[in-house]
Amino acid sequence: MEKNIKFYWKLFLSTFTISAFTIGGGYVIVPLMRKKFVEELKWIDEEEMLNLVAISQSAPGPIAVNTSIMTGYRLAGIFGAFITTVGTVLPPLIIITVIAKFYEVFKENWIISSLLLGMRAGVAAVIIDVIIKMVRDIIKSKNNVSIAIMVVALIAAVIFNINSALIIILSGAFGGFYYYFKKAGENQ
Amino acid sequence: MIYIEIFLSFFQIGLFSFGGGYAALPLIKTQVLEVHNWLTVEEFADLLTISQMTPGPIAINASTFVGTKIAGLPGAVIATIGCVTPSCIIVLILSYYYFKYKNLSSIQGILKGLRPAVVSLIASAGLSILMLAIFKTKGTTLLNMKLSDINLVGIIIVAISVFILRKFKLDPIKVMIGTGIAGVFIYGIL
Repeated sequence: MEKNIKFYWKLFLSTFTISAFTIGGGYVIVPLMRKKFVEELKWIDEEEMLNLVAISQSAPGPIAVNTSIMTGYRLAGIFGAFITTVGTVLPPLIIITVIAKFYEVFKENWIISSLLLGMRAGVAAVIIDVIIKMVRDIIKSKNNVSIAIMVVALIAAVIFNINSALIIILSGAFGGFYYYFKKAGENQ
Repeated sequence: MIYIEIFLSFFQIGLFSFGGGYAALPLIKTQVLEVHNWLTVEEFADLLTISQMTPGPIAINASTFVGTKIAGLPGAVIATIGCVTPSCIIVLILSYYYFKYKNLSSIQGILKGLRPAVVSLIASAGLSILMLAIFKTKGTTLLNMKLSDINLVGIIIVAISVFILRKFKLDPIKVMIGTGIAGVFIYGIL
C-alpha cells in the first residue's frame, strides 16, 4: 500500500463519511469501520480489527475515536492516527455547531425527525448484517471457549447491563489465563 | 481563562469515561451542571436529545454542544480537543505496545479471549438501536417490551435493509440514506 496523498485522503474521507453517517455513537461506528477497512478496502484483516476494537474499548474515551486512532496508527503511524481522529471528530463538530444555533427549528422540523427515524432503521440493519457475519465466524471456528465467552458477555451486557470496559477486562484476563494454562498443560 | 477551564473539564471527561458514550454522560453532567454552571437543566436535556439524534460519538457531540454554548466555535473546538486528548495519549501508548508485542503467545491468549466479548458488546449495542427502530416507546428493552407497541413500518424497513445488505452487498451508507428518505415519505408524508 503506497502512502501518498491519495492514500491519506482516502483514509480521511473514510473516517469522515463513517462518522457523518452513524447515529447512536460508539459501537455503531465500529461495524461500519469494519465494513470499510476489512471488507471493502481490505487494509486490515477481520481478527486484527476485533483486536483493535477490544483495545480501544479498554482505554477511556469515546470508542469511535479510540478505534479511529488505533486504525490510523496501524495503517500509517502517528500521522495516520492524527488523520483518522480529525476525520472522526469533524462531522459532529460541524453538525452540532450548526444545530446548537438552530436548535428550536431542528427540534420541531418534521422532515428532520422522520429522516432520523428512518435512518435509525437503516443503522439497525447495518449492525445486524455485521453481527450475523461475526457471530457466524465465531461459531464456525468451533472453539467452545470463544463461544462460551461470547454467550456470557452477551448476557452480562444485555441482561445485567454491566459496564463494557469491565466485560472487556474480565474476558481478556480469562483468555490470558486459560490459554496460558492450556499451553502449559500441553508442554508437560 | 474560560478556554483553559473548558479544556480541563473535557479532558477529565475524556479521561474517566470508560466504556463509551453513555458512560461519559454522568461525567458531563457533573462538569457542566455541578462543577461549573455552564448549562441549565433544560439545556442539558436538549444536549442529551441532540447528541443522541445526531451522528458521531456522543461524547464528542456533547463537548461541541457545551463548548458552543459557552464560548462559540473556539469553545467547541477546545472542548472537543480536550475530550480526545486523553484518548490520543493512552490509545497511542497501547497501540505502540500492541503492535510491538502482539505476537507473544500470552498476548495472543488475552486477545483470543477479548474478540468474542467484543462481538457481544457490538451485538448488545445493535440490540438497543434495533429496539429504538422497531418499538414506539423509547427505552424499550427485551425485558419490558410490549407487542402492541411494535412499529410495523420500522420492522419492515429493517427487514428489507438487512435483506438488501446481505443479498446485494450494497454500501451501508447508501442503505442508511435510503432508509432516511423512506422515513421522510412514510413517517412524514403518509
